[in-house]
Amino acid sequence: MHRIISPKIAQKVMKLIFWISGIITILILLVIIGYVILKGMPVLNLEFIFGDPIDSGREGGIFPMIISSAYVTLIALLVATPLSMGAAIYLSEYASEGKLVAAIRFGAETLSSIPSIIFGLFGLAFFVIYLDMGWSVLSGGLTLALMALPTILATSEVSIESINKSYSEGSLALGATKWQTINRVVLPAALPGITTGIILGMGRAIAEAAAILYTVGAALAIPISIFDPARPLPLHLYILATEGISLENAYGTAAVLVIIIIIITVVTNTLVDRYSKKMMGR
Amino acid sequence: MPKNIDEYLIEKGLFITAISSVVIILLIIVFIFWEGYPAILNIGFFDFLFGMEWSPSNDLYGIFPMIIGSLAITGLSLLMAIPLGIFCAIFMAEIAPKQMRKILRPTIQTLSGIPSVVYGFFGLIVLVPFMRVQFGGTGFSMFTASIILTVMILPIIVSVSEDAIKSVPSEYKEASMALGATHWQTIKNVLFPAAIPGIITSIILGMGRAIGETLAIIMVAGNVVQIPSSIFDPVRALTSNIAIEMGYATGIHYNALFATGIVLIFMILVLLVIANYFHYKKKVTVGGGYL
Amino acid sequence: MEYRIEVKDLNVYFDELHILKNVSLKIHKNMVTALIGPSGCGKSTFIRTLNRMNDLIDTFKMDGDVLLDGKDIYDPKVDVVELRKRVGMVFQKPNPFPKSIFDNVAYGLKVHGITDNEVITEKVEESLKSAALWDEVKNILDKSAMGLSGGQQQRLCIARTIAVEPEVILMDEPCSALDPISTTKIEDLIHKLKKDYTIIIVTHNMQQATRVSKHTAFFLHGEIIENGPTDKIFIEPCDKRTEDYITGRFG
Repeated sequence: MHRIISPKIAQKVMKLIFWISGIITILILLVIIGYVILKGMPVLNLEFIFGDPIDSGREGGIFPMIISSAYVTLIALLVATPLSMGAAIYLSEYASEGKLVAAIRFGAETLSSIPSIIFGLFGLAFFVIYLDMGWSVLSGGLTLALMALPTILATSEVSIESINKSYSEGSLALGATKWQTINRVVLPAALPGITTGIILGMGRAIAEAAAILYTVGAALAIPISIFDPARPLPLHLYILATEGISLENAYGTAAVLVIIIIIITVVTNTLVDRYSKKMMGR
Repeated sequence: MPKNIDEYLIEKGLFITAISSVVIILLIIVFIFWEGYPAILNIGFFDFLFGMEWSPSNDLYGIFPMIIGSLAITGLSLLMAIPLGIFCAIFMAEIAPKQMRKILRPTIQTLSGIPSVVYGFFGLIVLVPFMRVQFGGTGFSMFTASIILTVMILPIIVSVSEDAIKSVPSEYKEASMALGATHWQTIKNVLFPAAIPGIITSIILGMGRAIGETLAIIMVAGNVVQIPSSIFDPVRALTSNIAIEMGYATGIHYNALFATGIVLIFMILVLLVIANYFHYKKKVTVGGGYL
Repeated sequence: MEYRIEVKDLNVYFDELHILKNVSLKIHKNMVTALIGPSGCGKSTFIRTLNRMNDLIDTFKMDGDVLLDGKDIYDPKVDVVELRKRVGMVFQKPNPFPKSIFDNVAYGLKVHGITDNEVITEKVEESLKSAALWDEVKNILDKSAMGLSGGQQQRLCIARTIAVEPEVILMDEPCSALDPISTTKIEDLIHKLKKDYTIIIVTHNMQQATRVSKHTAFFLHGEIIENGPTDKIFIEPCDKRTEDYITGRFG
């Protein structure tokens, strides 16, 4: 037996393949984002962003959808943030590893892998029908809260755990109680990481459509009360595209969504960068 | 000692928030079962799971073609995403120069953040017409759906695999390079085998996302309830079935859609258990295990 | 006297940090050279320059000449893979692969294109014998290397290194993670190996330097303060700083 390809050639060929794979990945993103934004640009103007939809979205703007998205996302974060932060603090500072903690972790893990349409089904059965909240901003927001929870939890837990134990030992040694220590020493240090988690959760809530398909309704008007039905951006895009209502407005809506996601990515990256630089003492 | 009572209450309060995710997941499972169970009773377990006909107007509720549909779309997209994803992960962890890494990381993050409806929309207006021209038919097919899914699960496979490769102790790499192995030999013989548990986890996570994806698939898969005989046939996934019909379903039909949800939850739980097994195995191998 | 390696005016930088400053050193053939000095003095960086392991670090920059048998190893035409085959390395922490004992030693042979199983088996046995490990592991060759003790792991790493027949072996504090008995075994091994190999050993342990080496170089703050025969360095050093260091006044 002798080798067919020399190691040096194999090295060159594989390096080329790796480069190609990396470039393909970047190209995929550029093509999708470029296409959506280029096609959406002509539609994107103040009238589109601040206007009301006319004729079920065939004409006019998407202002009520932007408000709807902001509204459901706000509710989702208001509910998910305290719950997941509390859980993250408990898991990283109080809990001792055991069956219960394993169960909590498995629960959070399961929650983050459940398909969004299942959340939609649950939201429909539980919030909309059982709790009689109807198709509303509240039902949709709560459903999204359940989806954002594991994201915020995981990121917060990691950032709290990465805080050097000597900080809290320093505080405890000064006679501070455990909670004082967490509140004044650990949490401020972990804040950038927690913020990143919240922004990621926000991204997940803003992008989601399947979970709110049967919980938030599809109203075209601006929702005022939390019991009003609404139509967040992804849902609007889905309806415009699948019902063939207006391709132009669908492009515009998709472009707005993509721009929001890009902004979120840039903001989280800047936060993480600045945070890690600060931690390195530069 | 009021201070201690505060501390006690805070700890209990935090504990309640901590178990909230367990409570929520249990509530979800209970409610989905509660609503889905009557359908399974009424239709019959085997007729539901293995029935070939889904026709609510004729009281036929067999989801077998959709189980196959979900698995087929997922399988095909994994076939494309695994090689590309792992190569890209190795590229990011080992090959790419610093500047390139700085571009790739946010690229992957953005890809994973883009809403699934945007992917579906892109598929609908770009990929479906392209497929129609290239391969005939309507362009709505299992293949089209798999391509869109490939793009959607790529970020998970890349980022989790990259972490796995990066967490291989650098001593292994140094030892191999110091023996005069080429970089590729080192990757193939040392880094990759050591990262396998993490890479498998990434694949399972990607699989979970593929099985769970709903709206993007609806927009490009054609949604015909049938077992596909070619990759260019239209198919319907389990998730799509729920999303398409929930809007107008009543009675047993409504329950049957929740029962479809039970099947989905079951699939995801199985995947999670497998993922946990590999996660556990990973911990063992790092501490002096055997490859 | 024949030299195997000649380093002339070597400067090494990591980013802005100037790690090695105008270092020049000649390494004798088939002799053990010890590099001593306090932590952070650049001695590890120095030996990692000799087989171009520093190339793996993005921020590495260097100038000066490193000649192996008279040829510049940083010449763009030099094949790094070939170089590392000729200049083997044993690391501070034993780092066997998470593979079987046999596969660890066979690894280098396989990556260099040897596929004949008989040759590999023979070579593995020979290398393990040279590394004084054979008797301890001959019945457990297919067991994981991770199950061996630290000292055995380090000897396995030495066996792995000599299996590819290098000319030079670099040892970066090979005993710092080991107990005294294992250390003695490694030192005995070094004595045995020096007739066939040129060995450069970085060590923190002055006694070890006197025990194993014939030639010693003392590093401080990225410079070589003094170098010469080990006996001379330790008995009558020329420089005050060398004397302070070897008599334990700092470091």
